[in-house]
Amino acid sequence: MKELFQTLGAKLFTELKSGEELGLFLSAEQTDYVRFNQSRVRQSTFVDQKVMTMTFQSPSRKVVFDLTLSGVYDIDFAQSLSLLERAREEVKVLPQDDFVSPMKNAGNSHQEHKSELPTVNQAIEEICRAADHVDLAGFLALGLTVRASLNHLGQNHWFSTESFFFDYSLYTKNSNGENKAAKGTYAGTDWDSKSLAENIRESVHWIELLKKPTQSVPRGSYRVYMAPAAVADLVGMLNWGGLSLNSYKNGSSPLNQLIEKERFFHPAITVEENFGLGLSPRFNSLGEVSPEKLKLIENGQLQNLLVSSRSAQEYSVSTNFADKRESCRSMNMLPGTGTLSFPSTQALDRLGTGLYLGNLHYLNWSDLKTARITGMTRFACFWVEKGQVVGPIQDLRFDESLYRCLGSEVEALTDESFVAPEVDTYYQRSLGGKKAPGLLLKDFTFTL
Amino acid sequence: MLNHVSLGIHPNHASFDPESALSKLKSSADWVALRYVNEKNHSRSFKNGKSESHSVSFDRGVMIEVFVNGYFGYAGTSDLSNAGLMRALLKAKEVATLASQRGISEFTLDQRPVARGEYQSPFFQNLDGTSLNEFCDTLRLATERMKASDKIVSTRADARIIETHQVYVSSHGTHVDQKYLMIATDFKATAKEGSETQSRSDKGGLARCNQMGLEALDRREVLARCEQIGREALELLTAPNCPTDTRDLILAPDHMLIQIHESIGHPLEIDRILGDERNYAGWSFVKPSDFGKLQYGSKLMNVTFDPSVPGEFASYAFDDCGNPATREYLIKDGLLVRGLGSLESQKRSGIPGVANFRSASWNRAPIDRMANVNLEPGSSSLAEMIAQTEKGIYVQSNQSWSIDDYRNKFQFGAEYAQLIENGKLTTVVKNPNYRGITVPFWNSLIAVGNAADVEMYGSPYCGKGEPSQIIRVGHSSPHCLFSQIEIFGGGH
Repeated sequence: MKELFQTLGAKLFTELKSGEELGLFLSAEQTDYVRFNQSRVRQSTFVDQKVMTMTFQSPSRKVVFDLTLSGVYDIDFAQSLSLLERAREEVKVLPQDDFVSPMKNAGNSHQEHKSELPTVNQAIEEICRAADHVDLAGFLALGLTVRASLNHLGQNHWFSTESFFFDYSLYTKNSNGENKAAKGTYAGTDWDSKSLAENIRESVHWIELLKKPTQSVPRGSYRVYMAPAAVADLVGMLNWGGLSLNSYKNGSSPLNQLIEKERFFHPAITVEENFGLGLSPRFNSLGEVSPEKLKLIENGQLQNLLVSSRSAQEYSVSTNFADKRESCRSMNMLPGTGTLSFPSTQALDRLGTGLYLGNLHYLNWSDLKTARITGMTRFACFWVEKGQVVGPIQDLRFDESLYRCLGSEVEALTDESFVAPEVDTYYQRSLGGKKAPGLLLKDFTFTL
Repeated sequence: MLNHVSLGIHPNHASFDPESALSKLKSSADWVALRYVNEKNHSRSFKNGKSESHSVSFDRGVMIEVFVNGYFGYAGTSDLSNAGLMRALLKAKEVATLASQRGISEFTLDQRPVARGEYQSPFFQNLDGTSLNEFCDTLRLATERMKASDKIVSTRADARIIETHQVYVSSHGTHVDQKYLMIATDFKATAKEGSETQSRSDKGGLARCNQMGLEALDRREVLARCEQIGREALELLTAPNCPTDTRDLILAPDHMLIQIHESIGHPLEIDRILGDERNYAGWSFVKPSDFGKLQYGSKLMNVTFDPSVPGEFASYAFDDCGNPATREYLIKDGLLVRGLGSLESQKRSGIPGVANFRSASWNRAPIDRMANVNLEPGSSSLAEMIAQTEKGIYVQSNQSWSIDDYRNKFQFGAEYAQLIENGKLTTVVKNPNYRGITVPFWNSLIAVGNAADVEMYGSPYCGKGEPSQIIRVGHSSPHCLFSQIEIFGGGH
């Protein structure tokens, strides 16, 4: 794959005429996907795909073509050459684009993470064996993922990783006859049968708690502990325009009041982009290399917005090489420190009486101006009294402002944070993830 | 004088004959099918009168499907050479052999009926007859027309054109050839004054999507709509917040689309009811025993699965296992009668279903999807519904949506609303939201608009599945009136 991409690039760059610029980005995978239901296989799909994005620029004009490569050089070269010709025709008639940023050589890098992955058949066997005593629904992705960038100025980045994730949930009926579930994820580069079995065993622990009678919790406000997976979902909403300069300038940022220093988050809240987590490459889809670490929100105050090269051009500011969407690719919410922190093992004690929320579901902005988010509780969520789990709850809808749940209502955070790997597979398997701590809130509003 | 460049693009693809490719694979499996998809997806945007982005994707590949010991296995590849397709076939067989021993259900070829036919979506004006710069000019003018005042801080015009050719052939004689031309557009203005910001769009984000040609972008009509969008964005800027209370609710067709989609479409998908989706999008409150028994809504509620509506976004003649697509009632006079389940789901569940085994592209296996799910017209006019409402609210254009994983508790927000007082539309209010629970909500349906009131919308972005798939759905509906719903606005 590397040879195909680099040969295509080398040949296409020789075809360029004076004043023309060309950048190539490769997003490819060879992945076995297996879906499980009732601890058995529902569907298995192997996917081999390679998408090459051609960004063509001539002065103040830009055209982007995505081409699915066949893997056969002659065919792929003929197609990409015909698209180069088409791009030339388009720039002759397209109106001027004032915000095209000239291409640069953002250097070279090479990361190739090879692993000893199991065969898909071995993985299926081990999952079915480890889950033969429980009702499991889950999803395995296993294989090679590639991101690479070239441009006509000599820029050359390659990132490939052989890795897997097994994202699953376990189900039971409690004494009220209601379905209850707990979530688990086993992910990494080195598959280990014992670790997989242990991971599933840990999730089974939750099932025992979920078998208790359902606790009726009327809508209203409660003390809440959000486990790291739930916090990752909550702060993940910042990626929906919250940290984007372009969204702010267009009037569609949900963090307008934070950006304009009218409101603040709690001083314990710090969020950064941190490629040191090793979840995704530092180069973006233009091959630009983002800083290894960039503080976005520090001690509750906005420090930086994510700025793409295009936004930098449009709004006359410096870029921090964010991708076009200006969202975090490797989000890290820092754990608590000092008196504002506690070990995650003490989460129930610190909560005392209130709700333990394992996961959230289907979040969306309900009011941009006040950064209000609505969503649902999901999976392992419990009513807790005096530090003891009383029983699971029926799912509740919440509708809360981030200025409360990351601001005035924050009591403390756990003293360590946990990685939630990206399990998104729309179009292709994604890279990246989020790291977040647990979060203890004095008051959180449920509306339905 | 500008050169003429047409919107149509014809890259130098090597030709591909699915039947010929299949003939070279037939001897390597007891049963094999090949689904070829060739799709061009154009996306062009303008912002504030300026060119913003011009991108086109060219995606072509094949999904090989094999049948081994009662199990269907899949392998997708973009390598269309004989060797590439054979590698995919062997890979699909390898996994299928083990998976068949661990499979959740045993299938037969009854779930892959022999089908022969074709489909061409309707259109008047194709891409080759349309000039790129005229097309772009319409988008640019649209952004300018929305700028009704300096308080409009951002205007944006987006157009997506999708050209898809799909051929499904199998070793037992299926040959289905389907071609689509689809257009989705979005025009949006954002107004700002002080700390207040409000946006208004053309019926909600990309809701205006259809199977049709470039006639969808008639410049005069587009500009007239954009003028109204700019005006209404300004109107919202000074509008009071939506009140918090309980009152009657009229939903416009451009908002009914989300109500239908989330609280009828998804819960009726049989693969969800069977638990396939439990780990991702969720389960369903609907149980297999509910079919034929559950009074899902009031007697006025009639819902169809209808892939035969000309121009609707998710119309087709056959689904991705070759099942002929027909119009079917899902809910009749409020009673749940049929699920959204493919032949595989029907075999597993025993629930009557539809032809909805659909995949996002060549690189995904088909699963139960919605296609067109429509609320059938009743007998009221919008004017009559307003007149019969003493205290209510008329809500238009969805902009926020959330529902639980069993599809019970929902909360939806919209762009624009007007209060109804004593049978008359009165104050425009901003940030309208409402919440409810699916079955009680649909049972509070007290009036349904007539056939003349029906409008057709959809979405290019329905997400579901593991691996995840984005698929196109269509929803048509008239205005509907619901009794005593909790509404509220923004703030806090």
